[in-house]
Amino acid sequence: MHSFGYRANAVLTFAVTILAVICTIASISDNFNSASPTAEVQVSNINWFQKQPNGDDVVGLTLNISADLQSLFTWNTKQVFVFLAAEYETQQNSLNQVSLWDGIIPAKEHAKFVIQTTNKYHFTDQGSNLRGKEFNLTLHWHVMPKTGKMSADKIVMTGYRLPDRYR
Amino acid sequence: MDWQGQKLAEQLMQILLVGFAVIAFGIGYTIGSFQMMLLIYAGGVLLTTLITVPNWPFFNRHPLKWLDPIEAERHPKPQPSVVTATSKKTKTSSKSHQK
Repeated sequence: MHSFGYRANAVLTFAVTILAVICTIASISDNFNSASPTAEVQVSNINWFQKQPNGDDVVGLTLNISADLQSLFTWNTKQVFVFLAAEYETQQNSLNQVSLWDGIIPAKEHAKFVIQTTNKYHFTDQGSNLRGKEFNLTLHWHVMPKTGKMSADKIVMTGYRLPDRYR
Repeated sequence: MDWQGQKLAEQLMQILLVGFAVIAFGIGYTIGSFQMMLLIYAGGVLLTTLITVPNWPFFNRHPLKWLDPIEAERHPKPQPSVVTATSKKTKTSSKSHQK
């Protein structure tokens, strides 16, 4: 500690070390938060349901999404990415996932929402397997903390069915 | 900055930084604001820098008493008694000739 530069260096390195420590503790403090998110999705209309010229089925839906993800937010949460996926089984693949809608929730105040929307991304099957297909709608979310590890979870909603005929 | 001042500066730096970190985390966690925690801590680091980095007068209250040149000529070889007079700073004594 004999010179100006030596003291400045000591303050800087010790300050950054402590910063790393408090960020680690902040990340650990997230574990005390028990999240209990809820979500509900209704398919209010099948707008169109066609077979494309290349043979793939494609569906246009109107969705009614209501969710309360406020409990995911802690003081260490930067944002939450949320997306709704249609998941179904075909003969070739045991799990097909098609993302229909997504969004970024920047703050806790926006984490409780009800929206009515058409599917943002095409609900297309690689093949023509969608007629009369039972499918799940799964709300996935990825929590992005300010410091620490990202985490992901989901809510699976079952009991949706596509019509037997194109329209 | 004298020996006592250097020791004081290091201790002040450590205590102040840890103290501000504890306060910042406590307030940030309580009001649920990560930004407030960082602001308080940044302010604390700035204050600690201002207190401990410049060579303030209160770090120079224990100046080293060197022997007069005549006294040194009278004792060409340093006596053990002279060494023990400053031996309580032996931890940093390797740099003693720089100041």
